[in-house]
Amino acid sequence: MAQYVIRRFMTALATIFGAMVLLFIMIQFMPGNPATILLGPRASPEIIASFEEKMGLNQPIHIQFGKFMFNVFQGDLGKDVLTHKPVRELVFNALPFTVVLAFSGMGVAAIIGIPLGAFAAAYRDSLLDKITGILSVSFITMPSFVKAIILLLIFAVTLRWFPATGGGEPGNVLDQLYHLVLPMTAIAIGWIGYIARLTRAVVLDELTEDYVRTARAKGVSERKTLYKHALRTAMVPVVSFIGVGFGTLLGGTVLTEVVFNRPGLGSLIYNAVRARNFPVAEGGLIIAVFLYALVNMFADLSHGLIDPRIRTE
Amino acid sequence: MNIFRRIVTSYKTGMLHRILSSFSGSLGLVLITLIVIIAIFAPQLAPYSPTKIDVTNRLADPSFEHPFGTDQLGRDLLSRLIFGSRIALLVSLPAIGLGLVIGILLGATAGYSGGNLDNALLFFFDTIRAFPPLLLAITIIMLTGGSNLLVLIVVLGITRFPGYGRLVRAQSSQVSKKEFVMASEAAGSSTPRTLFRHIFPNAIGPVFINAAMDIPVMITFAAGLSFLGLGVPPPRPGWGRILRSGYSYIRTSPWMVIFGAIFLVIATLGFTFLGEALRDALDPKLKKSPQLQ
Repeated sequence: MAQYVIRRFMTALATIFGAMVLLFIMIQFMPGNPATILLGPRASPEIIASFEEKMGLNQPIHIQFGKFMFNVFQGDLGKDVLTHKPVRELVFNALPFTVVLAFSGMGVAAIIGIPLGAFAAAYRDSLLDKITGILSVSFITMPSFVKAIILLLIFAVTLRWFPATGGGEPGNVLDQLYHLVLPMTAIAIGWIGYIARLTRAVVLDELTEDYVRTARAKGVSERKTLYKHALRTAMVPVVSFIGVGFGTLLGGTVLTEVVFNRPGLGSLIYNAVRARNFPVAEGGLIIAVFLYALVNMFADLSHGLIDPRIRTE
Repeated sequence: MNIFRRIVTSYKTGMLHRILSSFSGSLGLVLITLIVIIAIFAPQLAPYSPTKIDVTNRLADPSFEHPFGTDQLGRDLLSRLIFGSRIALLVSLPAIGLGLVIGILLGATAGYSGGNLDNALLFFFDTIRAFPPLLLAITIIMLTGGSNLLVLIVVLGITRFPGYGRLVRAQSSQVSKKEFVMASEAAGSSTPRTLFRHIFPNAIGPVFINAAMDIPVMITFAAGLSFLGLGVPPPRPGWGRILRSGYSYIRTSPWMVIFGAIFLVIATLGFTFLGEALRDALDPKLKKSPQLQ
């Protein structure tokens, strides 16, 4: 296991490094000069030169790259060109909003999706199973931002039950939870579908296994066979799916955050991109990639812990 | 009579029958046919020009003249949604095509060659996959300085090819250990010949199923980018852009959001149903693995 952990950790590090190289290359290949893009076409050559001097843009590429990596590994993500605040501060202020959204959305989805999938498998081909199946596909298929807009239309604009936008008053936990309900629901709905479908499929698969026949032959009740035996084994792929899904969500809540005007990592990067505020966009992306790789690594490790066959792959 | 019987038998053993024998498969086929017909005959079907501005009649409610109402510039919403179907298909299908071409070429090369080249290509795939896809797309569009049809297709293709590449690599590394590949090499075939004649045809089945399942994902993705203002530039009517305008005027005229969502969901639902029926028909073993968007 130790060997597997080390190997998986090295892979994660290599991917993060590769992603940073790629990001740096992409920025180098950008058409136009960052200085003129930021300062506007009418900036005088002197202003451009002093800006390039300040940002280190006039140095050779390998020096720029070295500095870039050195700063990132020191936790220095640069400064916001508009407000001159450190990017790190902006990113870490935004991050909790995204993590809470992803975590609560996935949590709710798991709490509802797993029992739903297990029921659908237990009562296979019943009306409940069919309704779950159709609803799951429909909710998975409906784009997340469309779900977000429809929820906004129904519950914020028409019924006025929940606030339409924002992340809630800073420091006021209740208000923040109140602002979380709609975005969380928008995210959870689709994942309920994914998790229910996967659980149903895996449980049905497990029910054909020998150990289930043994349990039944021993006289274990059908309920116990399902919940104590089949569902338990079925949890292995479901849990790792939830882990990977959580990683996906950390970088995938952009649209939901934009619809609800929630000040998370996704909307931070998006607004920075729109304002051509490259240091903020870059810093946000680096953190997003880092988290994504980290969560994927933990998902793999937990999978390896539960299922030893994975380790030797 | 004989020919008729042969047609019936070939239909019964064929793909189409297997797709149509499931309810969701037939529903998917119907919805997709509908969307494709709407896209092809858009100029004939649309009651107005999708870009004709009529400021005296802005944000109108649905009426006989404008069945779905009008947008903030008085453009007919129905016509815009009808033309929007063209953009949805024109972006998503070529993007998947591009992803497939790059993915298959690189994946098969990696799987067949093995060794360092294989490791390098795998690392390349994983590096791109380390970026959350939507954020990667937003970044590339930002760096290229603006979006148009071509940029969108390329960007969406870039988010797809590493996944396809990995899949093809796994398949082709299995296939390249088979006897007929060895026989081909022993007979003195060139590497491209072995690749194109023997490895590709046997390794690309699963990736095509995957690509079919990706069509709704790409339609969603393109609509999402267009919702963020990073899609096909105006005045062309993308569904995402229509939803964005609807979102801005959601308090006064919710029609744009409602009808826009209906069109988008019909397309994605249709392609999902069809894709799943296709997958079940071709490879029942894959049935239990749902896809991440």
